[in-house]
Amino acid sequence: MKKAKILTTPHMERCIGCHSCSLACARLVYKKLSWDTAGIRIVSSGGLSTGFEAKSCLACDPAPCALACPTGAFSQRRGGGVLVKRKLCIQCGDCAEACPVDAIYLAPTWEPFVCIHCGQCVAFCPHHCLEMVEMSLGAAPAAEGKEVAS
Amino acid sequence: MSRDYFRVLVVNLATGKGKVVKMDGRDRHLGGSGLAAALFKKYGHVDKAWTEPSQPLIFTIGPLTGYFPLMSKTVCSFKSPYHDQYAESHAGGRSALSLRFAGYDGLVIIGRAPALSCLIIGSRQLELKDVHYMKGIDLQKSGKMLRKMIGGAGHRSILRIGPAGENLLPMACITVDTYRHFGRLGGGAVMGAKNLKAVAILGDGIFDLPEGKTYRNLFEAVYQQLTTTDMMDKYHNLGTPVNVAILNGLKALPIRNLQQTTDPDIEGISGETFANDTLLRNTACAGCPVGCIHIGFVREKFMEPNQYLYRQISYDHEPIFATGSMLGMTNAFKVLAIIDMVEKMGLDVMSAGVALAWATEALARGVISEKETLVPLKFGDADGYKEAILHLGSMSNDFYRLLGQGTMKAVEHYGGEDFACVLGQEMAGYATGEVFFTSQALGFRHSHLDAGGYSYDQKQKDKDPQKAVEFLLKDEQGRVLLTSMVSCLFAREIYKEQLLAECLNCLGYRYLADNMNEVAQHIQKMRWQLRLASGFDPRGVKIPKRFKEIITWKGEIDENYLNTLQKEYGKRIVELGRAEED
Repeated sequence: MKKAKILTTPHMERCIGCHSCSLACARLVYKKLSWDTAGIRIVSSGGLSTGFEAKSCLACDPAPCALACPTGAFSQRRGGGVLVKRKLCIQCGDCAEACPVDAIYLAPTWEPFVCIHCGQCVAFCPHHCLEMVEMSLGAAPAAEGKEVAS
Repeated sequence: MSRDYFRVLVVNLATGKGKVVKMDGRDRHLGGSGLAAALFKKYGHVDKAWTEPSQPLIFTIGPLTGYFPLMSKTVCSFKSPYHDQYAESHAGGRSALSLRFAGYDGLVIIGRAPALSCLIIGSRQLELKDVHYMKGIDLQKSGKMLRKMIGGAGHRSILRIGPAGENLLPMACITVDTYRHFGRLGGGAVMGAKNLKAVAILGDGIFDLPEGKTYRNLFEAVYQQLTTTDMMDKYHNLGTPVNVAILNGLKALPIRNLQQTTDPDIEGISGETFANDTLLRNTACAGCPVGCIHIGFVREKFMEPNQYLYRQISYDHEPIFATGSMLGMTNAFKVLAIIDMVEKMGLDVMSAGVALAWATEALARGVISEKETLVPLKFGDADGYKEAILHLGSMSNDFYRLLGQGTMKAVEHYGGEDFACVLGQEMAGYATGEVFFTSQALGFRHSHLDAGGYSYDQKQKDKDPQKAVEFLLKDEQGRVLLTSMVSCLFAREIYKEQLLAECLNCLGYRYLADNMNEVAQHIQKMRWQLRLASGFDPRGVKIPKRFKEIITWKGEIDENYLNTLQKEYGKRIVELGRAEED
């Protein structure tokens, strides 16, 4: 069966808050110097003493952001997440509003920035918090992490 | 977005208004230390007291900040409450990237707010918020309150002061993002004098990067060097506390107010012990994959049966030396408990620990009594020190008010100079010998980071004062270059001149890339000029007797060598500062 890869964040307990992943995304994918214009953004989960969490696309299928997009700028990506055609975007912000996990950043111009599951950020994480996971096309997105509930 | 000028935000706290100023001189002043000095020349007053509302509190970053890894520090400059002279202090956290993403090379804060306030700036925001209700609130609690008040979690930096800063104590620090500090020379008191409880910098701007692959490839090459070689292992692994056992083995660790330089029980506070028993995790400054910040924990039983609370405390060599070996502690958890109290009060941990070490010996010698200390200070008694730190930060009596101004201020009143471990300010954690003592006593920041004197002591066997002074001046110049970029000095073995030139070139700073040494010389001179103009006289600096009594792995201190070094270095500093500068 044909496979697609998605970005997962299974080991955020290891995160040191260096922001190397999001800076890499902004630099390599969006050609910007910014903390915000990135498909993955790191925030402290209630102050630095409680560690960090990643705001990134969970590769929903169907993706609420794609369903909300009125112009086809966001469309469903096979394997989860969205394909983005920036030329079609009218900067309405509906995608960001539809995202249940705040994974889409809207610039002051309302231009959206979202993870495209290219995996370029992964190599820049010094603690291997991030992983690209193969998805069987049509399958449900991978669960976060490999921990088992007790 | 490389600029051939500086974009500086100047905020007047008296009015709550700011102004974006375009300042020329990028090719002359570079950024960081150089820009801070240039801004002090423009906005500061060498002849007025640090308490004057018109005196500026300055924060600056450099041309490479945010563009390359470990370009992650901020320079803070001000007229120091410690000695009323021009001073610098450096810190990381998220401060540097926040300032970069807010769109400023520098932030200048002048005036005094009408009420205790929090200044919030960003790329699209400037607000002075009244926080009078936070008066006297400790740093940990105020951090929690501020985080709720200010947006931009994760992409902002919060600089704040505790009770010590509000009490204008020259030993007060500015805490950055909980675990980092503009620690030394009293920045916290400058904020206190301005009625400024906190500064929040929101890093919410978006900037273009250079076209083409040159920048991208150079970034990757630097990143690989930092993360795939062993060059940063020391900092990532045990961190700076690895020095504790090494210095103890060399007979160069200050112990019990420098009455000793080695002790077999030091193993209880070694970097290895901290890592094995207390380390919860590492964390990092934004833009640095090394993660040198080590977080340990304090666990306290507050109620029976088995009711505990815990707090997370960052540790490094300097806090461990100051509140550990200097205070006779041989248990890592007790050291963390003392650091925790220092953090709450917002004190500079090095100055506080070393000052209390002096107070402990002064009490034992009868120079002062318990009437002054309020607590029976004894080496190894952590509970006593925690209480004393509360008194110090709260200025409980005249003794603590004087001690909080620096050990030498207490010495002037009570005596006990011979055993005051002060080298310009309370000593750093290296008793390596004559060159280091000279370097810290006379150095620009009175810091172990001004120049590698501690390293010179360990590597050079000869006693050639000219050669040693040449080393200190040259090494200071190299470090001034880095602190103008503004690099973390832990990356000094990676960011050599050639790499710095490549980095500057690919961002379009061609003149700086070709003239680094000349620019660094200029900045070095400009800083000393300001320092001397504001009252520093190297000839007036005393190195107390205690430093001449110690035994290191090299044997006894050579007093003649030390005196010659001090004279020669002082002479050269005066020559540097006297040179005419534009």
